[in-house]
Amino acid sequence: MVEGLVNNNIFEMKDFSIYYGHFLAVKKVTLNIGVNKITAIIGPSGCGKSTLLRSLNRMNDLIMNSWVEGHSLFKGVDIYQKDTDVIELRKRVGMVFQKPNPFPNSVYENVAFGPKIRGIRKKSQLDEIVENALVRADLWKEVRDKLNESGMSLSGGQMQRLCIARSLAQEPEVLLFDEPTSALDPISTANIENLLQELRKTVTIVIVTHNMQQAARVSDYTAFMYLGEMIEFGNTDTLFVNPHNKLTEEYITGRFG
Amino acid sequence: MAIFDEELNALKEKVLKLCCMVEVAIRDSVHSLVERNSELAKEVIKRDHLINALDVKIDEECVKLIALRQPMARDLRFITTAMKITTDLERMGDLAVNIAERAIELNEEPQLKPYVNIPKIAEITQEMVRDSLDAFVRGCSTLPYEVIKRDDEVDDLTVKNFNELVGFMIRDPKIIPIAIKRTYVAKYLERIADHATNIAEMVIYMCKGKMIRHIAPTES
Repeated sequence: MVEGLVNNNIFEMKDFSIYYGHFLAVKKVTLNIGVNKITAIIGPSGCGKSTLLRSLNRMNDLIMNSWVEGHSLFKGVDIYQKDTDVIELRKRVGMVFQKPNPFPNSVYENVAFGPKIRGIRKKSQLDEIVENALVRADLWKEVRDKLNESGMSLSGGQMQRLCIARSLAQEPEVLLFDEPTSALDPISTANIENLLQELRKTVTIVIVTHNMQQAARVSDYTAFMYLGEMIEFGNTDTLFVNPHNKLTEEYITGRFG
Repeated sequence: MAIFDEELNALKEKVLKLCCMVEVAIRDSVHSLVERNSELAKEVIKRDHLINALDVKIDEECVKLIALRQPMARDLRFITTAMKITTDLERMGDLAVNIAERAIELNEEPQLKPYVNIPKIAEITQEMVRDSLDAFVRGCSTLPYEVIKRDDEVDDLTVKNFNELVGFMIRDPKIIPIAIKRTYVAKYLERIADHATNIAEMVIYMCKGKMIRHIAPTES
């Protein structure tokens, strides 16, 4: 099938379910992710939001016994069909995790790692990619003089931005963020949130967060999940000011359970 | 009950207290005029600072709740509504003071003619105030829409009152100072009705999340 955006959606999930063995973790979710938009997924622990996020670049394949039903289309092509090149998919749909996880390597090597795997060897080309990725991750000014120092020596916020730069060096079309600021202080959190606003100009962002204020601050659209189901999806402004579903209302006003 | 719910209830109680104080101020100011009771008018003027102080207190509490609790959805709409309607209530209190001031002046003059239009305007206006505040307390109902509809009646009566008094003034220019003060009183009441309409519109926002201000006046 030929790739292409459908109604400006980069992802389209239709009746998409994810199982861990017999356990149904995500139940028949239908969700569209708009291109160059920030979509937040919120919900209580265990609601399936991270599972759903990880399915977007098939990270769940790494979990034993996980399997899916329904359709998850990336630019109109089902990513769970047999001939999907999962490595290529993960290059195009990158991921940033909760805890900053730089490689035990220099700042430079962290960012150059992906391009090198892709076969880029020319120093000048790698230099350009590394600088460009670090600039886009808003880290260049802070690390330009210590590119050869260990990535692990940076502060928490810097390490997270290094991980973002590492993803950006792969020139992804989508970046998935799984609780990207939960281990960071408020200033580093604000830096990452500002960065998301910059990145959205060129990359589609999907973010899972426990911090509802963060979802409200950064996202264009918000999805609320509960017990594996997509309860409500809509404009972030509407969802936080005037949600349509009673469960959403109870969750975001802290009157849950 | 969660602490936040207790705080919201405490805020609601303060808004209700302000509502009561303003309703009494409007009622007494009208009585002071119609019954020519200047002592009552002085009471209204004297009590206004209590309304002002409570308005400030409610605003401070709303800001505190927004800063500390980061309210969402219906809580956010309730707090923003409380902030906005207290401004309307405080202005209504000021207008009651204006009525009381004119009452003191008019009570010293011979009565031009018995008050007919002003009590009618006052009755509808006070109903609108009461219903808009009831709607705030009770939440979703048809009451706020009814309040908005009644504003036209007040506007029409105010124009009628004005035209009648202009007729009197043309016939007898000596009564101009008294007649002008009576047009002022009607205008103050008409402004109070406008504030009641604002409150009704905010109550609709609080209940439904829909801003109807400056759109269709009687959309339901």
